[in-house]
Amino acid sequence: MTRTATFLGMPTVAPRGVGALRGDESFPAAARKALGNEQLRRNLGHATRTIRAKRAAVVGEVPDWEELRLAGEALKAATMARLDTLLVQLEEQVTARGGTVHWARDANEANRIVLDLVRAAGADEVVKVKSMATQEIGLNEALEAGGVAAWETDLAELIVQLGHDKPSHILVPAIHRNRSEIRDIFLREMPGVSPELTDEPRELAMAARAHLRRKFLSARVAVSGANFAVAATGTLAVVESEGNGRMCLTLPQTLITVMGIEKVVPDWTDLEVFLQLLPRSSTGERMNPYTSLWTGVTPGDGPQDFHLILLDNGRTAVLGDAIGRSALHCIRCSACLNVCPVYERTGGHAYGSVYPGPIGAILSPQLTGVEDNASLPYASSLCGACFDACPVRIDIPSLLVHLRARHVEERAKRPAPSPEAVAMAAAAWVMASPARFRGGEGLLRLGRLLGRRRDRISALPYPLSAWTASRDLPRPPAQSFRTWWKTRASGGAS
Amino acid sequence: MSDARATVLARIRSALGSAPVVPDIPRDYRRTGELPPGDPALLEQLVDRLLDYKATVVRTSPDRLAADLVRTLRETMPEGGRLLVPPALPAAWSVPGTAVVDDGTLDATALDDFAGVLTACAAAVAETGTIALDGGPDQGRRAITLVPDRHFCVVRADQVVQTVPDLLHRLTPTSPLTLISGPSATSDIELNRVEGVHGPRTLVVLVLS
Repeated sequence: MTRTATFLGMPTVAPRGVGALRGDESFPAAARKALGNEQLRRNLGHATRTIRAKRAAVVGEVPDWEELRLAGEALKAATMARLDTLLVQLEEQVTARGGTVHWARDANEANRIVLDLVRAAGADEVVKVKSMATQEIGLNEALEAGGVAAWETDLAELIVQLGHDKPSHILVPAIHRNRSEIRDIFLREMPGVSPELTDEPRELAMAARAHLRRKFLSARVAVSGANFAVAATGTLAVVESEGNGRMCLTLPQTLITVMGIEKVVPDWTDLEVFLQLLPRSSTGERMNPYTSLWTGVTPGDGPQDFHLILLDNGRTAVLGDAIGRSALHCIRCSACLNVCPVYERTGGHAYGSVYPGPIGAILSPQLTGVEDNASLPYASSLCGACFDACPVRIDIPSLLVHLRARHVEERAKRPAPSPEAVAMAAAAWVMASPARFRGGEGLLRLGRLLGRRRDRISALPYPLSAWTASRDLPRPPAQSFRTWWKTRASGGAS
Repeated sequence: MSDARATVLARIRSALGSAPVVPDIPRDYRRTGELPPGDPALLEQLVDRLLDYKATVVRTSPDRLAADLVRTLRETMPEGGRLLVPPALPAAWSVPGTAVVDDGTLDATALDDFAGVLTACAAAVAETGTIALDGGPDQGRRAITLVPDRHFCVVRADQVVQTVPDLLHRLTPTSPLTLISGPSATSDIELNRVEGVHGPRTLVVLVLS
């Protein structure tokens, strides 16, 4: 009995073969391709520069920004420490107010629950509010396989869906597309769109409005995510801009909300912290245009059938790492993406996961197990801009280093050592004896033959090319410290 | 299903180990504004923020409200456009007799035939330019302020607070709540803000003081 309970309670990573947490290739390989795409780099450079300036301006006008960040950080840590209690409380409150709560161990289970609910409602299509959780679990693909059409209603998600593309940013999944690419996608894929459509952003937004209007008015089932869920009251919150969220959360009879278990917050007043931190960090606005807050079912107002699905899918595995668990504090604002010099150049697709950028580099490998996203903790220069921008003060650089260590440790358990482990063992052997160290220095001087022109070595033969493929090596100095020290000592200089 | 519940809860407990530390929350941020609700400086700030979001603002007074309403509706509504109102607007507003009172039976398609909706609000935040609706009888169910393309909203001076924490203290969490900051907008094309997508494309705020 106890043994079974322990077995059942093992925190488990997200399963393979479903969802969008793993890429087809490593970050360095994908990044190299992305870097060759000049249009992509121009689009990303323009968009991230714009949003960085907007964010800086609206954050600068809040006198207590740092105090809000500290409160946000502590609130999230306190939530994780009592996550089980808070989820049970949330379930009680939602149920007491007419909602139904479901629990899903992983992506497959969540997808099955949604599909069953849609079928029970007698629908063959759903309208969707942009949601990272449903992207993560591959819900659209699962619904399609079950004969249910899923309509993305967020403008950027619509651009991605119509373009048969993948999201590349947490907030603006189509950030890699510029206005004329978007016009081309609309002209090609949007039924009934005017062939005169220009690439004026307002015209493009109006085309999306016209395209989705009838869907909203006739939809019977909507699927959403959630930004926050208040345990004490059972209140759910969706923060958005366009009104597509309000449409989905208000007009259909049935509402299905898929929420990661880490999104719960203890009390109503805690929202006063997050509703200040999120919009300014995210779109660089003082407040986003629309925030919807609902509790269970309100007779005569909005969906009369409400289902909340609480999703694990690897989150408990993240929680199991006492250092790594702060990745669960993320409120999905995407400020860390916008300030990251690596993200700005490679874009989101190179990360392979639906969570790109600095936060993705610490979250995805923990959700899947480090070995399935082993290159991501290295996809950073550790410059620290992400930590400064993070509204809940997630120490992303330290977590990256922590995950690199975890990766090395896990690899060390394998029978065949990695080239890096061999190199480190060799270095340790050389450094352990003064004579060997002296000899090693002699070898280093050979390196001076290389890199004479630029004072830097940019290419070495295999296996050392693994290092120089993405980094320069400084040309070794003419004289080692030990040699210099010896001359200095014998010369008797002061 | 109960299996999944037990499993997820057991996983969480095993991940946290025994006696996880619950940190204290440092609440050194501003939990309330320095200015009282309705302070003239707050009204100025609210108007400034609303204009920044491309909302239309009309400053009015109890004496002028009826006349300002008629004029604003005439200027903003299309010829022959029908106006919807929630079940119980204050009588003093002298709402035009042609307005249709929502009785809760209109479906989404029927709501789409209205050119505009006129409501009160529950509260507003000056610093962020945010208006809160809580489904009260002078605001109506959520759908009526969503589907019609023009939203006229009257904000009374005493409803205007300074900060977001001030706002949340005033609201009842379990009511169906909508926080509105300007007309619907998107930043999805090159991260430039464009006003007017799925929600009402025109937001007219009448500030009553």
